[in-house]
Amino acid sequence: MSHTTAAQQTCIVIGASHGGVNVAFSLRKEGWKGRIILIDRDPNYPYHRPPLSKTYLLNERDPQKILLKPVPSYLEQDITLHLGVEVSQIDKEQHVVTLSDGSTLHYDKLVLALGARPIIPPIAGIDTASNLFAVRTLADIDGIRNTIKVIEKPRAVIIGGGYIGLETAASLTKIGVEVTVLEREDRLLARVTTPYMSEFFNTLHSQHGVAIHTGKNVTSINQENSTSWVQCSDGSQYSADVIIVGVGIKVNQELAQEAGLHVDNGIVVDTCARTSDEHIYAVGDCTYHHNPLYDRYVRLESVQNAVDQAKVVAAAITKKQPSYNAIPWFWSDQYDIKLQMVGLSAGHNTIITRHEPDASGHKFSVWYFLNERLLAVDTVNHAKAYVLATKIIKGAIKIDQNTLMDEQVDLTLEHLINANTDS
Amino acid sequence: MAKITFITRDQQAITLEASSGSVMELAVQNSVSGIDGDCGGVCSCATCHVHVAPKDVSKIGAPSEIEQDMLELDDNANEYSRLCCQMEISEELDGIVLNVAH
Ligand SMILES: Cc1cc2nc3c(=O)[nH]c(=O)nc-3n(C[C@H](O)[C@H](O)[C@H](O)COP(=O)(O)OP(=O)(O)OC[C@H]3O[C@@H](n4cnc5c(N)ncnc54)[C@H](O)[C@@H]3O)c2cc1C
Ligand code: FES
Repeated sequence: MSHTTAAQQTCIVIGASHGGVNVAFSLRKEGWKGRIILIDRDPNYPYHRPPLSKTYLLNERDPQKILLKPVPSYLEQDITLHLGVEVSQIDKEQHVVTLSDGSTLHYDKLVLALGARPIIPPIAGIDTASNLFAVRTLADIDGIRNTIKVIEKPRAVIIGGGYIGLETAASLTKIGVEVTVLEREDRLLARVTTPYMSEFFNTLHSQHGVAIHTGKNVTSINQENSTSWVQCSDGSQYSADVIIVGVGIKVNQELAQEAGLHVDNGIVVDTCARTSDEHIYAVGDCTYHHNPLYDRYVRLESVQNAVDQAKVVAAAITKKQPSYNAIPWFWSDQYDIKLQMVGLSAGHNTIITRHEPDASGHKFSVWYFLNERLLAVDTVNHAKAYVLATKIIKGAIKIDQNTLMDEQVDLTLEHLINANTDS
Repeated sequence: MAKITFITRDQQAITLEASSGSVMELAVQNSVSGIDGDCGGVCSCATCHVHVAPKDVSKIGAPSEIEQDMLELDDNANEYSRLCCQMEISEELDGIVLNVAH
């Protein structure tokens, strides 16, 4: 068998979003000389997703403003973009991917940055509702905007009170839409945060005029001319000009599964983001990976994870020996509230909530411990606590919980540690 | 219009011109190495860290509290540090020099 030189090798990346785009550019940075082909079914130049529910929905900004990379940079870095094209099959024995138009491409290295898609729950009438949108793509936001634009006092019903649903609620309220949020659980953000935070966001949104209804199981959607009625199992119903679904995501793992890769709550990867096939890697929302800091397998939905894993893959493909050990972090912006989270709170047995004197009354942090060990922190308008927590978690630093609880004591690492050594 | 010069870690000087937007956007649109802008410019990621040339400090306002706090994530931060997604371009910035921190 003849050997291909480095310059003749091809790396194909499926999925051109936070994960895939960063793989492509990081590969060049790491000195990959071969071809790079980046494929996505989305016809738009790759863009940032977080602004979709935030500034982009709010300000109707130019899509150019949220591009991940400037258009000419793909050419400059010799990255071939195939947009509006879907990969329908991977043959890992032959090293070939098949595209939806039937054509095939050969790879030496393959990276799956497939991400996830919104869950569309089995609600009667959901498939035929013409004014119903998810919040995942540029097209979704344009759809929402075009629908409300022609209505004088538009009403939106948002199914799902998670981060994306709530950010969308905040943005729509700000542009004059009357918003109702229907959440199935008995509190907002039930899957991802504590009752304290849920209560905070409930009050925040209510104060801004959003109608929040928890314990609402949506059972059907009925269309009456241009108005829809969203009906719940308890008999209540809500009228809507636009319906938004934000009930979570489903990993795009079928392509990997059909190719015979190991899949379990996502595409399973090792510490250098390699799948069960040595020539295939995976990054971002679609991966199920081991986090050494918490010593367990996790699936994360965050820009941080997509970007950090992308760097690991680029290093691995260019024959370095990286190991993924980043600390997870996430943010959410709603109204004038900045929520920042670091670490993974699952498994905590102690929670300390700390308020700082602040004119807005909205500056606090929630600290999650497993006994002595700090696992995670959620902060609201309090970047200082966020940064401090990041350092404490990274360094596995022991801090004094009583000092942390004492709101009279300034929040500094010195205070938190010194109290510790005194006692 | 403001002319802004970025000096990257490998000592490349790149001078760019703009009249609006953030300094981070300008850098990313022109692929200035070391400015990633991973959070899209909302002061959440600290991947847009620059050191302002001492001579230009007076032209640039002070960082906000949150920006100041976020800068502490980076060991490389000093009194000249800014997260350039928080710097709006205006005439005032004409002629400034920014050293990219990474
Ligand atoms: C509205 C919204 C707000 C968010 N806010 C935040 C936030 O504030 N902070 C934060 O950290 N994270 C946020 N996130 C999450 C963050 O955007 C994701 O974690 C990130 O986009 C993951 O990147 P990815 O590349 O792994 O996957 P994705 O972004 O899902 O990209 C996967 C890509 O693969 C393509 N694809 C999949 N299968 C195929 C195929 N067979 N053929 C061709 N193309 C294919 C898809 O079209 C898609 O473009 C938000 C997400 C959304 C939707
Ligand atoms: S771009 Fe993220 S902090 Fe500036």
